Amino acid sequence: MRRLPVWLKLAAGFTFAFLYVPLAVVVAYSFNDSRLNAEWVGFTLEWYRVLAADAEMLLAARNSLFIALTASLAATFLGTLAGLAIHRYHPRWLPLLVITPVAMPEILLGVSLLVFFIQVLHLTLGLLSVLLAHITFSIGFVAIIVRARLAGMDESIFEAARDLGATPWAAFRLVTFPLILPAVVAGFLMSFTLSIDDFVITFFTAGVGVSTLPLQIYSMIKIAVTPEVNAVSTLLMLLTLVLVIAASRLDKGFMKGGA
Amino acid sequence: MFRTSERRLARWAITAPPTLFLLAFFLAPALIVVLASFQYPGEFGGLAPLADQGDGREYGLTLENYRFFASDWLFAEILLRSFLVAAASTLICLILAYPVAWLIARSPKQHRDLLVLLVILPFASNFLIRVYAWMIILGPQAAFAKLVNGLLGALGLGPVSLLFSPFAVLVGMVYVHLPFMILPLYTNLEKHDPVLLDAAQDLGADAWQRFWRVTWPLSLPGVFSGSALVFIPVLGMFAIPDILGGTRDMLIGNLIKDQFLGVRDWPFGATLSIVLTLCVLALAWLAAWAGMARRAHA
Repeated sequence: MRRLPVWLKLAAGFTFAFLYVPLAVVVAYSFNDSRLNAEWVGFTLEWYRVLAADAEMLLAARNSLFIALTASLAATFLGTLAGLAIHRYHPRWLPLLVITPVAMPEILLGVSLLVFFIQVLHLTLGLLSVLLAHITFSIGFVAIIVRARLAGMDESIFEAARDLGATPWAAFRLVTFPLILPAVVAGFLMSFTLSIDDFVITFFTAGVGVSTLPLQIYSMIKIAVTPEVNAVSTLLMLLTLVLVIAASRLDKGFMKGGA
Repeated sequence: MFRTSERRLARWAITAPPTLFLLAFFLAPALIVVLASFQYPGEFGGLAPLADQGDGREYGLTLENYRFFASDWLFAEILLRSFLVAAASTLICLILAYPVAWLIARSPKQHRDLLVLLVILPFASNFLIRVYAWMIILGPQAAFAKLVNGLLGALGLGPVSLLFSPFAVLVGMVYVHLPFMILPLYTNLEKHDPVLLDAAQDLGADAWQRFWRVTWPLSLPGVFSGSALVFIPVLGMFAIPDILGGTRDMLIGNLIKDQFLGVRDWPFGATLSIVLTLCVLALAWLAAWAGMARRAHA
């Protein structure tokens, strides 16, 4: 193997530093004994105490978890079906329907759902509208991951199960499903992460009825920045860290799906 | 006979749920926006009715929103600025991403997955947190801003505000979208056969020529998909200019957001959304066309 030039390593090192230093700064200041994110004064857990006593933030966290859990369960079900349908039946329009919400700028999906919910469904914006919106943008990610897994599979084992007398449902349940299960779980974790992190689409579909963690963080950043934001950010980072590592362990297609 | 009807039922049961859901919550809303862009604004926000309510107010369909968009240079200027910011962000991402993607692709196999994970991890943390991080770093009391202004002071230049500036917007855009450039580039570079470089070397190509004549042209598909993944989201971004930019750094995304949540002129907001959608479609078409032209060429 060819040796890599030093300047290339330096340039790559610079980019990695660019990726990580800002996050390290956020984490470090969450333990800083000062209201300002400016100078290191001393170690404290005060901001985590403030966070634990912040009723609005806790409510937002509960909403976020509920929405992420419900939306990603529904999106995993629909996305897995979409992945299967695309792989097996090559429907003409479904791939486009699945990919477009993923590929277009989030704001467009956000405003179109806002107009649709209010003008057509006459829905009061709140939990339900956010849930439906999150399912809509998550289906595509699950479908991509599941389809990638199916594409890498040997279809003949399904046929073999059918030849041995299994009904299509039994063949699916006993052969196909166990094989795609890692991708299904990775898809679930992916949509959970996307849902709990989503700001733009939630911003348009939440109305005044419901707040989520990203919405709460946004209003704190816009109005008054305190290291409490750093504390909640650190905890949220920890959560997504665990989820992403779990998903990437489960399924290699996750990396490509995530990109 | 029984088998075919059973098969048809299975096909329907698998295909129908996701299709119906996406028709209802993706396609229908998109079509409503198209319709809304031809409507009048409602009295208290929202849309005016399509049918005459007999109260003497405007109703029905109109081209007024598109006329309004074309009537003021300000809107074209904001759209142009969005394109410039997207282009600059894409270019900076490309420059920062290429060495990393290359390094990962040329690393021993057992290290690659870990390095890819290291690229994904920061991108998995919340988007707002990543923007907020730059709010701290570029803030006037932070060490970085003091250092920059110290240097400028030594050169006899006045202090500048790093935060709430076009510079801050650009840094935020690049930071948030960088992994979208690194990953497709890596996926492409990983597939290159190192024998090609050896052959080029044997034929007398120096390091620069080996890069410019062999690696770079082969990596173009990765460059294109990475660029699309950065350019398109940056084009519609409103949160980063909102948080890191000043009042004059408004992009098309901010303008759209204001129509829906600020001034509440939904029809004009819908018109701007359609304009943005057309821009994105044109870009996607251009990228597909460039890919096809390359394949035909090769």
